[in-house]
Amino acid sequence: MPDAGMDAPTPVFAEPWQAQAFAMAVQLSKEGHFTWTEWSTALAEELKAAADRGEPDDGSRYYEHWLAALERLTAEKRLATRGEMLGRKEAWADAYRHTPHGKPVELK
Amino acid sequence: MYIGAVHAHGHAHDHEHQAVPSDPALRTKALESLLVEKGLVDPAALDTLVDAFENKIGPRNGARVVARAWVDPEYKKRLLVDGGSAIAELGYAGSQGEHLIAVENTPQVHNLVVCTLCSCYPWAVLGLPPVWYKSAPYRSRAVIDPRGVLREFGLELPEETEIRVWDSTAEIRYLVVPERPVGTENLSEDDLAALVSRDSMIGTAKVFAPKPKP
Repeated sequence: MPDAGMDAPTPVFAEPWQAQAFAMAVQLSKEGHFTWTEWSTALAEELKAAADRGEPDDGSRYYEHWLAALERLTAEKRLATRGEMLGRKEAWADAYRHTPHGKPVELK
Repeated sequence: MYIGAVHAHGHAHDHEHQAVPSDPALRTKALESLLVEKGLVDPAALDTLVDAFENKIGPRNGARVVARAWVDPEYKKRLLVDGGSAIAELGYAGSQGEHLIAVENTPQVHNLVVCTLCSCYPWAVLGLPPVWYKSAPYRSRAVIDPRGVLREFGLELPEETEIRVWDSTAEIRYLVVPERPVGTENLSEDDLAALVSRDSMIGTAKVFAPKPKP
């Protein structure tokens, strides 16, 4: 269970999106869009759902569950709809596909 | 994956344009751009927060709290009575209005912290939790078999030591004040802080005196 070099300093976030997803949840809660108790309940439900699906829960996919909880609370609290999220995701994917290498990726 | 014809055709194309990020990266980007557009989050505030957790908030904060408690009995008293106010004296504060409870290890009692439901953790003093703290095996077994879990961390406790397991919540987070090792009477507060590991403040390790110099 302990990771190699138990107390070794490891990067806080493995990928930049994890840091962004983390910060958005903290920020939305700080601004009062949901309480931290609501947040931890949503996160616990995502973790439990993943376990029920039989996914190995070794902590490595933690931020994927974090993101799922964030999308769910965002929709539940009507901050943005599922449709908006999906549409925007497709728009970003499209922007990456059509932006020449080396240019900043921007939405049209 | 079929790469023959597509690859032959698409090779130059792939290199002219940018690789599409992973699914979670795209979803995060989508969410962030929507929330920023709606004025619900401020990108500068997000950057500040990430910077704080990557560079400023971490277990060194907790180590300073523990070292202060070791050298200053009055501070330790305040810490054990009201953790939140005591860490605030050193400039640390929780960001979600949670209560911090400090629990002290003694020769008779060993404290272990877990969050069985998700990953609640005393961010203000320890930063973000390690991967194993968030894993299902730790979350489920720390309560059922704490002695076995501690053994896996290389910590064998005497049978007579009582183990208390504290289950964190969104409202209440716990910090373990480990035992000050013998032979550290002459160390400064800073030197003491350097001995205190993250794991010792979760309860999965002890603190040991530095090896004597030959």
